[in-house]
This record gives sequence, structure tokens and C-alpha cells, in this order.
Amino acid sequence: MNNEVYVWASYAVTFALLALEVILLRRRWRRLSR
Amino acid sequence: MKWFWYASPQTFYPLAGRIALWCGIAAVVLTAVGLYIGLVVAPTDAQQGEVYRVIFIHVPAAWMSMFIYVVMAGWAAIGLAFNTRLSAMMAAALAPTGALFTFIALWTGSLWGRPTWGTYWVWDARLTSELILLFLYFGFIALRAAIDEPRRADKAAAVLAIVGVVNVPIIYYSVQWWNTLHQGASVSFTRAPTMAATMVAGMLVMALAFWLYSIAVSLVRVRCMIREST
Repeated sequence: MNNEVYVWASYAVTFALLALEVILLRRRWRRLSR
Repeated sequence: MKWFWYASPQTFYPLAGRIALWCGIAAVVLTAVGLYIGLVVAPTDAQQGEVYRVIFIHVPAAWMSMFIYVVMAGWAAIGLAFNTRLSAMMAAALAPTGALFTFIALWTGSLWGRPTWGTYWVWDARLTSELILLFLYFGFIALRAAIDEPRRADKAAAVLAIVGVVNVPIIYYSVQWWNTLHQGASVSFTRAPTMAATMVAGMLVMALAFWLYSIAVSLVRVRCMIREST
């Protein structure tokens, strides 16, 4: 398998998880603001 | 600065909002700079080829996983000693982000290990102690959630956090104390870096970005917790 796949899988999962944390926090914040 | 003034959740709340905003903006900018250095500017490694670029995520995430745990245990200890509610909230707000960075360090390390070592995982001292760190974060979050009375939950979780801090030096020194497959420290305060300057710069910028991100999300989380507790 091409080694670049491992690099992209690392970056994609990392930033997806960080974005998910931000999205969940925004949801929590909005629920409290209602 | 009036430190004790900000020990109250109500007075800390607006300050946390301002710090979180600026740290969040700085984190986004530095992440863009770090990605540019890591994926565009930094040269291809002579031995590992392109796969070494995983270190721009892996090393800063591993640093943050240990650093956040120490800060979390510090806040928990202050909360336990002075019975300050905000300290316990800060510890609790840091835990999910610390667990996230620990998971990222393990995930990216595993993806780097497959093409480099030939395996996703080995029960080596560095990897195993980092996995234990993830379980300590899970234990802290679960224990706090399992006890209904908030003050008792804070105290029990604080004891776990303080006891668990012993794992951090074990992770850090594991590569020196034991014969591990994981290599030694890449960057040290006491000796010159052994890699190209752009590679070190990329790692440090990403570490700073992750650090600012952690501050931003933890402060937003603590603001949510303050609102939920009132």
C-alpha cells in the first residue's frame, strides 16, 4: 500500500475528531443558550 | 492581577470567554501555518519518505496528552486542597480534550508504525503506558459522572487524577528505562535537534496550535459547566 495513505489517514482522523469536539461543544452551548 | 477574584466561577466566566475566543483564533491560524510547514515546506525524509509527516501530528498530540494530564491533576489537587469549585471544574473540562489527544497520539503512532516498524501495535513500554494514560482519562471522566453529588464526585475524581500522575514520568522516561521499539525523544531542551530545522519548526508550531486549541475548548467547556451548575 502507498505510504501516503497512512499520512492522510492520520491527518483526516485527527482533524475530524478535533472538529467533532468543537461541534459537540457548540451544540452544548446553544442548548444552554435557548 | 486579582487571582482570588477569578477563583469564583461567576467572575471567571466572562474572562474565560475572552481568552477562549483569542486562543481559538490563534489556534486556527497556527494550525494553518503548521500544516503548511509540515506538508509543503518540510523536505521528504531521506529514510522514511513521506510517512514521517505523521510526526507533525503525533509528537505534538503526545506532548499535549501528557501536559494536559499534569495540568488536570494540578487543578484537581488545588480543588482538593482549597475546596474551590472552579478548580474541579477546570480539571473536569480538561479531561475530554486530554483523552482526545491521547487517542490521536495512539492512532497516528499506530499508522506511522505500520509502514515503519511493520506493525500497528506492540506491547512496548512507551505505547502501553500511553494506553494506560487514555484509560486514566476515561476513569477520571467515568468516576466523576458516576457520583451524583458534585462535591463528592470532584473529590473522588481528584484523587484518581493525582494518583495517576505517576504515569506521566513513566511515559516520558520509558524509552530510557526500558529497551523499547519506540525511539528516544526527538526534541530535547538540553541538546541540539537531530532533525532538519523546518521539521522541528513544523512540530513546534503544531504543538503551540494544539496547546491554544486545548485552552480554547477547555474554557468553553468550563463556561458550559458554570452555566449548567447555576
